[in-house]
Amino acid sequence: MKQNLTIAGKEFTSRLFTGTGKFSSSELMRESLLASESELITVALKRVDVTNENDDILKHLNHERINLLPNTSGVRTAKEAIFATELSREALETNWVKLEIHPDPRYLLPDPIETLKATKELVKLGFVVMPYIHADPVLCKRLEDVGAQCVMPLGAPIGSNKGLKTLDFLDIIIEQSNVPVIIDAGIGSPSHAAHAMEIGADAVLVNTAIAVSQNPVEMAKAFKMAVEAGRIAYEAKLAPVKNQAEASSPLTSFLD
Amino acid sequence: MSTFTTLFDTYNWDATLSSIFNKTTSDVEQALVKDKRNLEDFKALISPEAKPFLEQMAQKSKALTKKRFGNTIQMYAPMYLSNECQNICTYCGFSLTNKIARRTLTNTEILKEVSFLKAKGYDHILLVTGEANQTVGVDYIKNAIQLIRSQFSNITIEIQPLDQNEYELLIESGLYAVLVYQETYHREEYKKHHPKGKKSNFNYRLETPDRLGKAGIHKIGLGALFGLEDWRADSFFTALHLKYLQKTYWKTKYSISFPRLRPHSGGLEPKVEMTDADLVQLICAFRLFDEDVELSMSTRESEVFRDNIVNLGATSISAESKTNPGGYTVDPQSLEQFEISDERSTEEIVQMLKNQGLEVVWKDWDKTYF
Repeated sequence: MKQNLTIAGKEFTSRLFTGTGKFSSSELMRESLLASESELITVALKRVDVTNENDDILKHLNHERINLLPNTSGVRTAKEAIFATELSREALETNWVKLEIHPDPRYLLPDPIETLKATKELVKLGFVVMPYIHADPVLCKRLEDVGAQCVMPLGAPIGSNKGLKTLDFLDIIIEQSNVPVIIDAGIGSPSHAAHAMEIGADAVLVNTAIAVSQNPVEMAKAFKMAVEAGRIAYEAKLAPVKNQAEASSPLTSFLD
Repeated sequence: MSTFTTLFDTYNWDATLSSIFNKTTSDVEQALVKDKRNLEDFKALISPEAKPFLEQMAQKSKALTKKRFGNTIQMYAPMYLSNECQNICTYCGFSLTNKIARRTLTNTEILKEVSFLKAKGYDHILLVTGEANQTVGVDYIKNAIQLIRSQFSNITIEIQPLDQNEYELLIESGLYAVLVYQETYHREEYKKHHPKGKKSNFNYRLETPDRLGKAGIHKIGLGALFGLEDWRADSFFTALHLKYLQKTYWKTKYSISFPRLRPHSGGLEPKVEMTDADLVQLICAFRLFDEDVELSMSTRESEVFRDNIVNLGATSISAESKTNPGGYTVDPQSLEQFEISDERSTEEIVQMLKNQGLEVVWKDWDKTYF
């Protein structure tokens, strides 16, 4: 039996978080996200009109299972992120935020200095902050210290589908973390997602790999199964990896 | 402080052109298999030797574009504010010596045009003017931005080049991006096509993106006007400019446009022809060269061309554009800057995109962002 995940007192059955970008239509987005059974779905504040109740994206995310996670994609500084987040709290009626501060518009790599600053401020303002960051173990501890409710290190540059390129650092982060570790960005296939779960990630966030696949609905299902399989494997404790076959007559048997 | 001119002056037009034409089939093959492509690879991909590989380039370009931008296309609308102009540009309908009725929109007229575009669904707008610093200077532009700011998530301008402090002022008022095309990177040809007015200063124009970068603009649009000079050399210098800017002003986003000379009043025949196949080759080469750069396609191009290019690398398009001030509602009969080619309505373009499995992105910014 798979354990549920708790972040900031909220329980999630699904450990697959998803995003809303890059789909070929809002209908397909909805169908895919429902097929993924994801309960936490991130949406870029710059892509929606929070003041319009008929906003096409928001309308299609209206479902009892879906919790909206606004993200600050596009902002370049802590100051901008805080401003955008405060507006979203009011309009979307949530105090959760996926904090994305990437001053670099090409690889969308997160700014660790601004992210730490903004996290500290937003936590004080009562937000549940989920910061998108590099796979930097020290930064993760610093974020934990200022009250981040989880950390979201990247596996590879966002949208790259390259998998867990930062594996060695993710291992350290997972080993040291007192808050849930959600691997965000770079997960390009269900096997990457399963791998992330097997090494002990608490959840993964997937967008491009589902949205840009030939069949997003089927791909969403595949990710759901992969995340479940990886989690069950983690809880069941994987058998250790061995480089050599174990000799059936060990060299020290004469001591018996 | 150094600018692009320092780097640009180390290049020679003729030597650049001949190095592009000297690229071999094997250079093209190597460029195609690489993951990251440099300026030499870009030269190979725009060279005549790459023509037989066009389908392969298109397939790769499509895949890279989908990965980065998804199954989406951004839509924007141009709005011409004025056709007053003190420059002589041999290829432009607004050129000083062209005897046309001059018009600059008033606040009421701007708002009338805006309500037309808002009703069509547009949320990203491009404001265009000629260069008439007395009547359509920074104050006029600032006023226009402030006037419409509450109605658009994203405001871009395509106007005369300004100084850094002037850009800073406009950014503060809500400006997101600036398009500034070099027209041609061929210094001597540039002089011929811009004999009079502030625009005749080649270096001031060449260094405009530097001033924009220093002012901290969110996005800069680059491009050359194809037809004035050899498109391959001009595109190489555009690519060189792009790489320089990306390294220097790394917080700014970039877009490339591909205007080809269009008929207009008092028209100029292209000196160098650029075929549809050439343009496809160039767009794909840019995508293979840079996965992240936005590629924009205006209504200058034909229906067939646009229907296909939205799947090959383009990421943003306009529709139903009017290239005369007040062209949507205020004064539809006035003379255009150039004739557009794809005259379909916004609704028709949206449907065309839908039929191809592409979602229209109307909003990809927020006016509350700085």
